[in-house]
Amino acid sequence: MSEIAASVRNITKRFPGVLANDAVTLEFRAGEVHVLLGENGAGKSTLIGMLAGMQQPDAGEILVAGKPVRIGSPRESLELGIGTVFQHVLLVPSLTVIENLMLGGNWWQRLARGAALQRFKELSALLGVEIDPDALVGRLSLGEQQQVEIMRALWRGEKVLILDEPTSMLTPQGVRDLGAVMKRLSSNGVALILITHKLMEAYEFGDRISVLRLGRVVGEIAPERLKVMSETEVTDTVIQMMFGSTAEHRRDAEILTGRGRAAHKDRTVDRSGTPRFTVSDLATEAGRGECPLRAVGFDLWPGEVLGIAGVDGNGQKHLAEVLAGQRHASHGKIVLGGTDITADGVPQRRRHGVRYVTDERLGEGTVGAFSVATNLILKEIGVEPFFKGGMTDWNRIHDHAREQIRRNDIRTPSEKTPVARLSGGNIQKVLLARELNAEASVAVFNKPTYGLDLQNTRLAHDRIIASAESGMAIVVISTDLDELLEISDRIGVMFQGHLAGIVDNAPDVERKIGLLMTGAKSEAA
Amino acid sequence: MSAEAETIPGQLPGGDRLKEIGGTAARVLVPVVLALIMGGIILMILGKDPLAYYAYVARRGLLTWGGLQETFTRMAPLLLIAAGLIVAFRAGIWNLGGDGQFLLGAVITSAAAPVLLRALPDLLVLPICMILGIVTGAIWSVVPALLKARYGINEIITSMMMSFLGTSFANVLIKLVFWDPSTTVPQTRTLPVDDRLPRIIGTTVHSGIIVAIIVVILVHLMMTRTSFGLKLQVVGANPAAAVHAGLNVAGLTIATFAISAGLIGLSGAVDILGVFGTVRADWNPQYSFLVVPLVFLARFNGYGVIGFTFFFSALMIGGDSAARRVGVPQFFVLVLVALLLIFLAVVEYLDHRRRKKAH
Repeated sequence: MSEIAASVRNITKRFPGVLANDAVTLEFRAGEVHVLLGENGAGKSTLIGMLAGMQQPDAGEILVAGKPVRIGSPRESLELGIGTVFQHVLLVPSLTVIENLMLGGNWWQRLARGAALQRFKELSALLGVEIDPDALVGRLSLGEQQQVEIMRALWRGEKVLILDEPTSMLTPQGVRDLGAVMKRLSSNGVALILITHKLMEAYEFGDRISVLRLGRVVGEIAPERLKVMSETEVTDTVIQMMFGSTAEHRRDAEILTGRGRAAHKDRTVDRSGTPRFTVSDLATEAGRGECPLRAVGFDLWPGEVLGIAGVDGNGQKHLAEVLAGQRHASHGKIVLGGTDITADGVPQRRRHGVRYVTDERLGEGTVGAFSVATNLILKEIGVEPFFKGGMTDWNRIHDHAREQIRRNDIRTPSEKTPVARLSGGNIQKVLLARELNAEASVAVFNKPTYGLDLQNTRLAHDRIIASAESGMAIVVISTDLDELLEISDRIGVMFQGHLAGIVDNAPDVERKIGLLMTGAKSEAA
Repeated sequence: MSAEAETIPGQLPGGDRLKEIGGTAARVLVPVVLALIMGGIILMILGKDPLAYYAYVARRGLLTWGGLQETFTRMAPLLLIAAGLIVAFRAGIWNLGGDGQFLLGAVITSAAAPVLLRALPDLLVLPICMILGIVTGAIWSVVPALLKARYGINEIITSMMMSFLGTSFANVLIKLVFWDPSTTVPQTRTLPVDDRLPRIIGTTVHSGIIVAIIVVILVHLMMTRTSFGLKLQVVGANPAAAVHAGLNVAGLTIATFAISAGLIGLSGAVDILGVFGTVRADWNPQYSFLVVPLVFLARFNGYGVIGFTFFFSALMIGGDSAARRVGVPQFFVLVLVALLLIFLAVVEYLDHRRRKKAH
């Protein structure tokens, strides 16, 4: 058995009201890919936060190379040879690759480019990748940027590498490349810790799987056992660890295993009539670092769910905002039920029945410090019946809020609680309650389940399907392909601001989407 | 300051409400006491008798009839400025150009009033002059408002620059245009005492204080009970959410600036119509910067600010004479306000931590 590079013993970490880690004991061995599986809120992020030096455990100890250590800062973590690659890229896009890698040096020292290039070559060989050290990071693909992140994490030593949901931003090809890099690193004796909530990835890349639930390690599959198990066996074992029973929670398993297509139920959409919503030749102007839309067009019929797939940053944000009326279209037309609404702002479109459930729930969807009640009418300020002659009818607003809280099962101490105190799933319920009412006719969802746990993911999916079945026309933008495969009737792919193609959600759809995501337009069509 | 919840009238029911009021009182009174103690220690280090100082302040500012009337008189302009700042700060707009808006409002009023009096009765002249003050202040906010609304240029810088221009412009107006030929010092024509704002019966306090209190209450009601006020609060608390909800952020920004600067201009008008009757060149009481910390102390609450301006006015009036008698610099009052702000922040921080732990 290979040596233990790092381990945690009886680590406990409390946050107000939450026991994030409860006596967690784990060992991370050199040359092994150790997968940490668990839902959101299972305690994975807290655990790596402590290994990365961003938080301190309340109890228990961390050992590196057999010695107990106190990791007081991210810098100390790096110096111990523990590197962490976080979910979002943390590089400076306007600097070159090598400049980004040299950033961690001491401020009183001169930048030693020669030595840095030497180390860069070593790591390039170790990872088996080829990147131009003088290329601007902003010009690299997300996969390449992630490789640079891995190099930075390993810059001062290559004992332990932590990867936090590394595949969430990648194309299918990028995921394969990452797999190859992980294999090379582990065969060179690096201990890898892979955080994910997708079972398929755990099975494909992992040597050892540990399952976390509610802050505890609830099970582990050792390498010897994992090697001889089939994917289905692993799935069943892990599901049992997480939920205790294989028969129930079938759907949780489906979401967790990322079998979106298998969970899809074909629905018939009547496309013989006129479309409810027509978008043609839409274009936007982009600010710095944004991807503008170019010649985007589609038709949407009542009762239909159109999924928009694509790697983040290919114009999805602009598409959502321009459909909602939050962003000005520099070109093109949006027609709703025969009415041209291109020039309308958010309030007019809302009156026409256009709804937008944003992915930035606290960023723009709600005012965090304001009450649940106020956030429920945030898009109706000044509108009857909550406001009469410009005067606020707080009683009515609070009555409305209590009603919505009851009907949508929003878990909140009161309607006057600041919305930011609620959990992510409950904030999403507030948004859904506000957007999906009887007058809605077209709804745009941007990453509707991003950051939600399984139960709330299921609820959101149900809500979307139910809305479609009640006759709404729906656009769901998501980077989670499995989600789109499960709920969409058709799927379009955004690539560099274009809608690269729309395909029916039929059995061979994954291959077509994979091609479209990389820009290979002609083959898929 | 941490993010503030939207103000809703009658925020908490019954017992909770009492508890909340008690908590608020403690959060305010504890820092006041601590600031007075700390100020006393500083006085002792300077070799002065703190008790004597505080006694003079209290006697002159609060406990003598004449002093109390002066305190109330001083409150009027401060309260109107506070009302203007509350509107702006609640909407997340940092209008720090109050001094220019105040002085221009004062100069235009003092120039117009004697002219208007030739043709119109007092009863009309006074309200017209107040409106003139409002309009003048609002006009002086147009440049920063447009720059903010159109190009997102930081209004802290632009409003302060307009304030420097405004104070200079007010001087220029007095020296070149409105100089009363019968005086040797450059100043505008003096408004006869009989034509100024009427005094409250039996006192020397002019009725401007009533105007100010009504305005503060109206502003408070506007923020808490109208859709316009709620819109302003949304823009202030989360501009991205305001865009998301389809609010006309540019329009609201301009309106906020106009109201805020207008009320500060009104403050200048009221101070002239009520107290001075004339503006001398190079006069600049710099009230608006003094009021900024008070508005923060009151957490942008209209009723709270009435209490704080009263307290501060008493300190100003009492501090003037106490400083002379005890022999400390006059700006020692500002030291006390600074200490108050520091202790308020400390108490708030501790309270915040206690609540977090309790969760």
